[in-house]
Amino acid sequence: MTSNTEPIVELRHVQRRFIKDRQVIPVIQDIDLSVYPREILCIVGESGCGKTTTGKMIAGLLNQSQGEILVDGRPMESYKGAEAAVLRRSLQIVHQDPFASLNPAHTIEQILSFPLQRHKLVNGRAELRRRIWELLTMVDLTPPGDIVHKFPHQLSGGQRQRVSIARALTVTPRLIVADEAVSMVDVSIRIGILKMLHRLRDELKVAIVFITHDLALAKYFAWEGRIAVMYLGRIVEIGRTPDVIANPAHPYTKALIAAVPEADPERTRGKQQIPLRSEEIPKLTDIPPGCAFHPRCTFFQPGICDTLVPVLAPVSEGHQLVACTPLTQDGHLTPYVEPATTVSTLADQHRTKTGT
Amino acid sequence: MQTNDVVLKVRDLDVSYKAQRGRVRAATNISFDLHAGETLAFIGESGCGKSTLVLALMRLLPKATGSVDRGSVLYTKRDGSQIDILKLNGKALRQFLWAECSMVFQGALNSLNPVIRVSDMIYDTADAHGMTRKDAQKRAFELFERVRLDPLRVFKSYPHELSGGMRQRVLLATSLLLRPQVVIMDEPTTAVDILTQRSILDVLKEMRRELNFSTIFISHDLAVAAEIADRIATMYAGEIIEIGPVDDVFYRPRHAYTFALLNAAPRLSVGDEELDSIPGNPPDLINPPSGCKFHPRCAFAVDVCKTTPPPPVAAPNVPEHIAACYETDRVLAAHRKVVQHDL
Repeated sequence: MTSNTEPIVELRHVQRRFIKDRQVIPVIQDIDLSVYPREILCIVGESGCGKTTTGKMIAGLLNQSQGEILVDGRPMESYKGAEAAVLRRSLQIVHQDPFASLNPAHTIEQILSFPLQRHKLVNGRAELRRRIWELLTMVDLTPPGDIVHKFPHQLSGGQRQRVSIARALTVTPRLIVADEAVSMVDVSIRIGILKMLHRLRDELKVAIVFITHDLALAKYFAWEGRIAVMYLGRIVEIGRTPDVIANPAHPYTKALIAAVPEADPERTRGKQQIPLRSEEIPKLTDIPPGCAFHPRCTFFQPGICDTLVPVLAPVSEGHQLVACTPLTQDGHLTPYVEPATTVSTLADQHRTKTGT
Repeated sequence: MQTNDVVLKVRDLDVSYKAQRGRVRAATNISFDLHAGETLAFIGESGCGKSTLVLALMRLLPKATGSVDRGSVLYTKRDGSQIDILKLNGKALRQFLWAECSMVFQGALNSLNPVIRVSDMIYDTADAHGMTRKDAQKRAFELFERVRLDPLRVFKSYPHELSGGMRQRVLLATSLLLRPQVVIMDEPTTAVDILTQRSILDVLKEMRRELNFSTIFISHDLAVAAEIADRIATMYAGEIIEIGPVDDVFYRPRHAYTFALLNAAPRLSVGDEELDSIPGNPPDLINPPSGCKFHPRCAFAVDVCKTTPPPPVAAPNVPEHIAACYETDRVLAAHRKVVQHDL
């Protein structure tokens, strides 16, 4: 999938800093990421890892501080005037909170009309109405006649999220960033929205970047696509979903996958946990040197992990890329033994033996 | 682990809220027993009545709009005497809460007072229940260590100085300060990250083993419930529609709704899964559907479901596994298909 097509959006050594209270917060450390036509790419990670910032940069809503963002091979900034409008239309985003992202004072008809009229995508009222009907049908809000005159507060969370998706589709985008698009929707109806997104991808040939903290959901949604795992502003592992989920290589991915409970009592009780050396997540203003995960990693190698910044590289077993220096250089991980503890334990043993 | 000692006996509980359009029957006909040392998890969609139920148990319903219309909540004290929580008032209620039955809320930041230190919160609790500050501090230090917090650091901290996971563990520790028999937890791991959730779940399991309290666990996350619960109660439209041992409910669901809920939950370690959403929306609880309240959304519904509410029926070999569904056999058959598909 990835070799013979050109990416729609490509992030090259992208960094992004925010300034808050005169303090520089480097949210995105260094990211290389491409999104290909019609693919499903999941970005997973815990809060503060930079997944939303990455999503916003992919959607063109946020500039990078450093590095390049290319759209169809050209820097995003080089698009001007009419070209910029086309670019704007081809990249869309669906936000997490369907209560906040829809204007409560507008009817669904108005919400969907604005982009169609603004970008002159329809001629006349009849066509506008027909297009709105078509969009609502596409997102399974049927019959559209029941929906168009409603206000957002008259719809359920799931229905509202479908309206958000329909709004993103008004401008026939080539790429949609769905940022935690179903996390505020009830468990029982999430799958329906994900299936609809799958169908839309097939029918409309749109690429979907799906951002989530829910690994099980990412696995389900991106089974035929790719998963990128982020930690403190970097991608630590990226590859085909079945590879990453079944054979996670990076210690952080391993820990995450082991930590997720499963909706299956025996499976979840039998899960082998990967212990962490620390539960503390470093502050973004004080990211550890070398591999940012090293203070928590059970496979920490002193002198390597705390000095060298790991680079995404393939590991022998899978197809995925992993940013872990011991793994990509030596091909294996060795559990770390705390030196201080070892010494004291040995000393204690000695003391007990000799009785001193 | 499970004994015959029932610490909490809930019978025929009805709770409703006053709304402009009429009364919202948020919980109806709730009956269950909570045994000593067990964890009973309530699962279901938002609006199914899980939170209403625990608010009623803790007497925390909004006074102006919420009311318990019927039923009893009998609590058995350690000395064997029984009291009806719903009949407690004033000082007796204040003495009862936290000392006998405590609660951990969702969203730890909201349940900690931002302008007082953790130590003062502990002392306030101790003062209100006649525990000396010295004892309270000793107990708090023990509990903080159990939940893997550094007591010296945490005790003098303000809530904003702690991470989300630490705050949730502070709450967990505080809930056990007065050695209650029952701890009610409402989505305690919902707003936290994966690794934080893992450590909270581990701590919780460890504490339960060592301190032997009973837990009512509210969760919309089936995976968390599968891991933490001894028994599961599925709620729909304000009713308990299925209750039973965790393995029975997950592997042999007897109610069409439980089946549908399980069939909508992806599992990380199961490869490519066939899943399905539940069509439609939860019902209006002011004018609930006739018969089985789930019938308008149910793939198994037959005529009788539309007219007559199904009675609770026990599983033939597992008497403690009870479900109110007419189509148990077809549900079981369909679920086996789902399970076989995984293998």
